[in-house]
Amino acid sequence: MAPKASSSSRKTERADKSFLWTRKDLVGIDELSSEEIVHILDTAESFKEVSTRSIKKVPALRGKVVALMFFENSTRTRMSFELAAGRLSADTLGFTAAGSSVAKGETTLDTVRNIEAMGVDIFVVRHSEPGAPHMLARKVRGAVINAGDGPHEHPTQALLDVFTIRQRLGRVDGLTVAIVGDIAHSRVARSSILTLRKLGAEVIVVGPPTLVPSAIAAMGCQVSHDLDAVLREVDVINMLRVQFERFGSQLFPSVREYSRLYGLNADRLARCRKDVLVMHPGPINRGIELTSEVADGPNSCILQQVTNGLATRMAVLYLVSQCVA
Amino acid sequence: MEQTLTANQVREAIDRLYEQVLAHVPDDVPVAVIGVRTRGETLAGRIVERLEADRADLPVRYGVLDITFYRDDLSRRRGVPLVRATEIDFDLDDTWVLLVDDVLQTGRSVRAALDALADFGRPRVVRLAALIDRGGRELPIAADFVGRRVDAPDGARVQVRFQETDGTEGVFILTQD
Repeated sequence: MAPKASSSSRKTERADKSFLWTRKDLVGIDELSSEEIVHILDTAESFKEVSTRSIKKVPALRGKVVALMFFENSTRTRMSFELAAGRLSADTLGFTAAGSSVAKGETTLDTVRNIEAMGVDIFVVRHSEPGAPHMLARKVRGAVINAGDGPHEHPTQALLDVFTIRQRLGRVDGLTVAIVGDIAHSRVARSSILTLRKLGAEVIVVGPPTLVPSAIAAMGCQVSHDLDAVLREVDVINMLRVQFERFGSQLFPSVREYSRLYGLNADRLARCRKDVLVMHPGPINRGIELTSEVADGPNSCILQQVTNGLATRMAVLYLVSQCVA
Repeated sequence: MEQTLTANQVREAIDRLYEQVLAHVPDDVPVAVIGVRTRGETLAGRIVERLEADRADLPVRYGVLDITFYRDDLSRRRGVPLVRATEIDFDLDDTWVLLVDDVLQTGRSVRAALDALADFGRPRVVRLAALIDRGGRELPIAADFVGRRVDAPDGARVQVRFQETDGTEGVFILTQD
C-alpha cells in the first residue's frame, strides 16, 4: 500500500498567487515541486481562454524561435507543440532526424548547437536516449523542453493528463488513479506517477508482471497484476498503449490474451464507479487496450486530453521562454 | 513608503473620475467597461456598479483584461508570476469601451491593453480612464478621464490600494530599495 498523501499537499490544488516560475527548462517532472506543477496547470488555464477567442493568438513569444527537435518520430506531440508555439506568435523550425546531419554521424549536441547558432530560443526535444534533454539543458543557452526521452519522461503529457483530471473531477489530491499497461517501457507512466504523487493522488499501476517492474513501487505506487480487482476503487483509469510494433509477443503470450486480461471494455467499465474517467495518451490500439465503445463513450476524455495538450504546451513554452537569459 | 492620498482622497478621486465618465457615456451604443488586472479590475467594477445605479436604462457590460501576454517588458523580471485569464465573453464590435486602469505612467500597459482589445473585436470608440496620472509617458498615450494627478520622483512607484485587493484604501509612493 502506498503511503497516504500528506494533508499539506491539499494547499497546492490552486497556486500561491505570489509564486514565481524561474526554470529555463522543463526536462522532467522529477525536478519539479508541487508548486511548480500547479503553476503550470494554472497558467494553462489562462491559455485555454485564448483558444476560445476568434483570434486564437497572443503576442507573448513574438520574435522568439522555437525549434522542434524530433530525433525520434512523433505526429501529435509535434503538431501540438507547433500549434502551441504558433498561438504564442513564435516562429517554429522543424527538424527530423531522418535525412538530416544526424544520419551523417553528427552528435546530438553538435546538431543542437548548430541550430542554436542560427538564433533559436527554445528547443523542444524528443530523443530515444533517456537524459538527452537534460544533457542539452546544461549545455545550451536556450530553453529545453523534453517532449519524450526514451522510456524516461514525457512531462507535458503527464501535465496535460492532470490538467484534464482537474478539469473533469475538480481536483487531483485524494483521487485514486490506475495506470494500466506497459509500465516498464512507458515514459508517460513514469511522468504520470511522479505528477500524481506530487499532487497527492494515489496511483495503482496494473499490468502483466513482464510489463510492470516491481521496483516501480519505490515511486510510491501500488502494483497490481489484476485489473478486475482494482476497478471498483479507482476514480481515473489511464490506459497506456501497448507498443506491439516494438516488442512483438515476447512479453505476453498473445495480443488476444493481453486484451482479455488488461483491456477495458463495456463489461469492465460497468464495474467501475459511474463517473470514472477513462484516459489514453494515444494513439489507441482499438479493440486491444480499449474497445471503441469505451474509447468513444461518455466516460472517455481522450479528445479533451488532446485539446488540453495545446493549452498545457502553451503554458510551458511561455514559462520557460521568460526565463532564458 | 509614503502615503500620498488618504482613503478620503481616493474616494474623491474616484468620484471625480466617475462624474467625467457619467457625463460622456453614450446612449446609442452598447457600453463595455473593461478593467486592466489587477486594480483596474476593482476600479472598473466600482464604476459599473455606479453606472448601473445611475443609468439603469443603459445595459453595461463588464470585462477584465490580463495584458501579460501583450507586454513588451516581460523579460525584465526575476521570475514568472501567474497569468490569469482575460474575461471578455462578449463581442466588442461597435461598442463604446471604457478602458480602466489604476495608474497611468509610461503608457506601455495601455498600449498592451489596446492590442489585446483588438483581438476581441473592433470597438467603435475606446476611452481611457485612469484613477491616477503620475506623468512619465514613454508613448503618445493620454487618458480621457483622470481622477487625480500625482507628482512622484522618477524611479518611484505609485501604488493604489483598494479594500478588495489590499484590505485598505490609499495611494502610496514607493521609492526603490
